Amino acid sequence: MSDATAVKVREIRALIARHKRWDVIFGIIGVLSLMIGVLTFVALFLDMVIDGAPRLTWDFFTNFPSRKPNQAGILSAWVGTTMVMIVTICAAVPLGVGAGVYLEEYAPRNWMTDLIEINVTNLAGVPSIVYGLLALGLFIYEFGLGQSVLTAGLTLALLILPVIIVATREAIRSIPAAIREGSYALGATKWQTAAHHIIPYSLPGILTGVIIGLARAIGETAPIITVGALTFIAFLPPAPVQAEPPFVSFEWLMSGFTVMPIQMFNWTSRPEAAFQLNAAAAGVVLLVMTLSMNALAIYIRYRLRKNIKW
Amino acid sequence: MTSISLADRIDAVPEHFVSDRLARRKLRNIKERIIELVLFLAASVSVATTIGIVLILLKESFVFFQQVSLWDFLTDSQWTPLFSDAHYGIMPLLSGTLVSSTVALLVAIPLGTIIAIYLSEFAPFAVREIAKPFLELLGGIPTIVYGYFALLFVTPLLQMIFPELPGFNLLSAGLVMGIMIIPYVSSVSEDAMRAVPMALREGSYAMGATRFQTAIRVVTPAAFSGIAAAYILGISRAVGETMILAVAAGMQPNLTWNPLEPAATITAYIVQVALGDLPHGSIGYQTIFAAGLTLALMTLFFNVLGHILRKRFRQVY
Repeated sequence: MSDATAVKVREIRALIARHKRWDVIFGIIGVLSLMIGVLTFVALFLDMVIDGAPRLTWDFFTNFPSRKPNQAGILSAWVGTTMVMIVTICAAVPLGVGAGVYLEEYAPRNWMTDLIEINVTNLAGVPSIVYGLLALGLFIYEFGLGQSVLTAGLTLALLILPVIIVATREAIRSIPAAIREGSYALGATKWQTAAHHIIPYSLPGILTGVIIGLARAIGETAPIITVGALTFIAFLPPAPVQAEPPFVSFEWLMSGFTVMPIQMFNWTSRPEAAFQLNAAAAGVVLLVMTLSMNALAIYIRYRLRKNIKW
Repeated sequence: MTSISLADRIDAVPEHFVSDRLARRKLRNIKERIIELVLFLAASVSVATTIGIVLILLKESFVFFQQVSLWDFLTDSQWTPLFSDAHYGIMPLLSGTLVSSTVALLVAIPLGTIIAIYLSEFAPFAVREIAKPFLELLGGIPTIVYGYFALLFVTPLLQMIFPELPGFNLLSAGLVMGIMIIPYVSSVSEDAMRAVPMALREGSYAMGATRFQTAIRVVTPAAFSGIAAAYILGISRAVGETMILAVAAGMQPNLTWNPLEPAATITAYIVQVALGDLPHGSIGYQTIFAAGLTLALMTLFFNVLGHILRKRFRQVY
């Protein structure tokens, strides 16, 4: 080998080493960026738990909010959240699954279908507070539903509808055409095929979407404020089940209410430090609720990916 | 021939049996039609929602703009609709929204892009399997919790660096909002990068490029339309975010471009008004719809921009 080639080889090796160094540097930058996310999450969680833990007693869950920070609790907030969520589920699940089934199984290829599809995509990008304004103008003043559990539940249902529709469509799309063809070959109608095969097989996927949607709805604050949730409620809505006939009452739908995030917002915005400890405790409860729901959805999806092989 | 034999066979079947079956089929068809109609109605709820949003915002804003000229709305430098000396200039709210969104995007876009490139091109399988669900969890945290974190953890931390920083400020709200938006940016960009066909990467490696060169010069440009869509999604999240700002940036309208100051955003103003008890039909009530319309138009603008970018730069493989 001549000297000239040896020098050249050395130069090329140096060039390669220099370029490879960038691989390592970027790898480190990538890990660091991820760590910023991880550290923020850890700081947020620890900060909240350390502040809120002393307030997380049994009484905190069974007391109404109060002017005395030590006696204040989240009873009306978690009961309100539960009731609003019941309304949201009853409205959003049938509508979302129905719309998903229609778009995947029934919809003809025409402008109306295109319109609906573009709409669903765009609605997912509308800020949540705009839904609150819609509810204020439409549900409260046009329909006269009042600042009630029903209004809040319907508002959140509209908000999470795109999530459920998209999840339903994805779940249905992963079912192979052979299933449909087999069903039609046996003489089933479109609806029989949908009800006996398509919907049951896509249930886990739909469930994932519903859980993620609900986790979002539970933490949603802004639209509920515009709808007019009260920040200080020391009563519970009337119970849905009663001792005397007709046993079932729907008065709770029209009742005033508060929900967990509103209660937390109220405590956060008070100047007294004692109330901010309550806010931290409410935040821990809210975090545990939403994180466990999201984790459940991720787990279901993981299982699904592993188990189903068409 | 077949048709005759079919007719023969139908003749052979007792008459009431045929009409029974036909009747059942007719009933079944009607039922199918009704079900299809019901499903169609469920799907059209989304269209009705959009129409509802547009109508409500336009209707209330129309009344508002009969009392306040559009010129005043766009140029007045004060926003004091609830004072006796009322001014209706959207600029102070707009400046708050723009400053906080800029801070958030300065955090979210670089970090989100780096995380996306890292997860798509560099990370070992195990890291990706853990990091992706984790980022998803980060995106699922309620915004009010982020608001608490910004006000009571990040602001005191920042006050150690900037001692004169007020308790409410756009900087800490914007930073926390940026962290909140990272998962949206990173997951959509990563999906776009992973959709780039393997052959492009293989071609690049075959030419002697390193991982980093392939990621920056081949994969990122090829996935540009998807990455742009991710940025646009991040921008509309930042503009529409409410609770972090309402809690940590204060509710005082303030025409400023300095993130170290407190200022209300469009969304925070709507929350502030909604917390009080404004009578239906008053000018205060209408201002939140005019503010909402401004917000909706801004997000619409970004969505359309995203759509155009996607169309213009889409690579077809």
